[in-house]
Amino acid sequence: MSGAAVNWRGIAAIYRFELHRFGRTFWTSLMTPVITTSLYFIVFGSAIGSRMAEIDGIPYGAFIVPGLIMLSMLQESIFNASFGIYMPKWTGTIYEILSAPLSPLETVIAYVGAAASKSMIVGLVIFATAHLFVDVEVLHPLMMLAFMAVIAISFCLFGFILGIWAQSFEQLQFVPLLVIMPMTFLGGAFYTITMLPDPWRTITLFNPVIYLISGFRWTFFGQGDVAIGISLSVIAAMLLACTGMVIWVFRTGYRLKK
Amino acid sequence: MSSVISVRGLGKSYASGHVALHSVDLDIEEGEIFALLGPNGAGKTTLISIICGLVTSSSGQVLVGGHDIIHDYRATREAIGLVPQELHTDSFEKVISTVRFSRGLFGKPRDDAYIEKILRDLTLWDKRDAKIMELSGGMKRRVMIAKALAHEPRILFLDEPTAGVDVELRKDMWRLVRRLRETGVTIILTTHYIEEAEEMADRVGVISKGRLMLVEDKDALMHKLGSKTLTIHLETPLATIPAELSRWNLNLKSEGGDLEYLFDARSGEGSGVSALLREVDTLGIGYTDLSTRQSSLEDIFVGLVHAGDVPAGTEGVEGEKA
Repeated sequence: MSGAAVNWRGIAAIYRFELHRFGRTFWTSLMTPVITTSLYFIVFGSAIGSRMAEIDGIPYGAFIVPGLIMLSMLQESIFNASFGIYMPKWTGTIYEILSAPLSPLETVIAYVGAAASKSMIVGLVIFATAHLFVDVEVLHPLMMLAFMAVIAISFCLFGFILGIWAQSFEQLQFVPLLVIMPMTFLGGAFYTITMLPDPWRTITLFNPVIYLISGFRWTFFGQGDVAIGISLSVIAAMLLACTGMVIWVFRTGYRLKK
Repeated sequence: MSSVISVRGLGKSYASGHVALHSVDLDIEEGEIFALLGPNGAGKTTLISIICGLVTSSSGQVLVGGHDIIHDYRATREAIGLVPQELHTDSFEKVISTVRFSRGLFGKPRDDAYIEKILRDLTLWDKRDAKIMELSGGMKRRVMIAKALAHEPRILFLDEPTAGVDVELRKDMWRLVRRLRETGVTIILTTHYIEEAEEMADRVGVISKGRLMLVEDKDALMHKLGSKTLTIHLETPLATIPAELSRWNLNLKSEGGDLEYLFDARSGEGSGVSALLREVDTLGIGYTDLSTRQSSLEDIFVGLVHAGDVPAGTEGVEGEKA
């Protein structure tokens, strides 16, 4: 018992609890992204898209698919993961997690794993929805899935940190709305950065989301705004930075323990 | 003596400079019911929270079943069940799911028969499919206890278990605690109700301003409790106690104006008060008034708590001599 290296049952308990929490709001939380993306496809894909030229040989309707999936996944990941850890803090039920024989890593795996799973589901549902509106083929399907998983995990880690940092619902909303939303919209979901005039093009390169969407687009069409290697490096750096921050949080007990 | 929890030099100070615990030493014995008594803000919850892993200590060491709570936290936390003071629950969860969740969280395999037993013991079985938000405060507290017991802990911490709880639940709680003790579970409860400590505990520790002032067997405390003082206010002061009264344990107070008689109200032989008063009458000593005073746990408690900054000698009194 005490010799067990990993408390798998503990991880499973939290994972199931979190998925069950998502399950309670299953339809609303799944329908929201589906309806939103459907609207995007109707407006940008069909209405405007039909008047747009192809981008690098890709019809506009198909071009925006990877960006839209990424957009929803980033928002879902941050929202779900931050809520997942903020709620126990807010209701006080975190006492039980802290008093359980669970290592920090196990706690993170459970919470982030559950949130990332949900993001994956949302991403795949949007992917399926896209097929109702446009023809889109995926050049590297396995890479696409791997990409989705890594992005989901990175942003869920980020959301987890946000949830620990936040001391009010206001703060919890603040970062996704005022920082992440603009970054994702200016992240090249609807255009390539080559379409931007120069000062903006350079500024855009500081937006990490550009590299995510570009890399994800590469898995679909074999081409992106920046080289796939650079995209992967940026994602790896993000993953490492978030992991480092989570380790620091648990080392110091920051905003978890008094 | 086998102590299941051993606390040594445990201190906690916050960044604000507030010191919640001053070097506490305490040993909890296997299978006992220990009551930690003290006013609000005395450090009871801080002490418990450190042992359970909710708060990090600033100094000192805690061993649970011989394991260090920091380096060997899996072993110590598996052994401990905690019922916190506040009702922290997941409103939307069903009673039975939340109890199952607790068992899994602590690494135990699913055991429906055991969960059923706990829920029945706590008269929660009929409510097992109710959402927690639909329950009354008392029922929620039962749920918290069920969660704490779900992984079959050897040690149970009850932080203010009966604060704001109705009489029925309080009695149920006391019954449950005794039943648990019979199965060998060690129970540590905090309370600021002296009555509760008297009713349930084997030993009592008094904590105030972050210091453990005293740890004693409840019976020894009750013995002190049993002593009473009869004060006879005399008409005319006496210079000495008459020889005829020497067989009573008497003292002259207030420059001979008061005669004080210390007796044990609990001893079998009776108090001897009437015999004393007859003798006083016989001697023709007049008195204007009588008063008796009982030293209660409350007195001891209040005395300790209001001693203000404690004299150095009483600091960190240990109770491990037993």
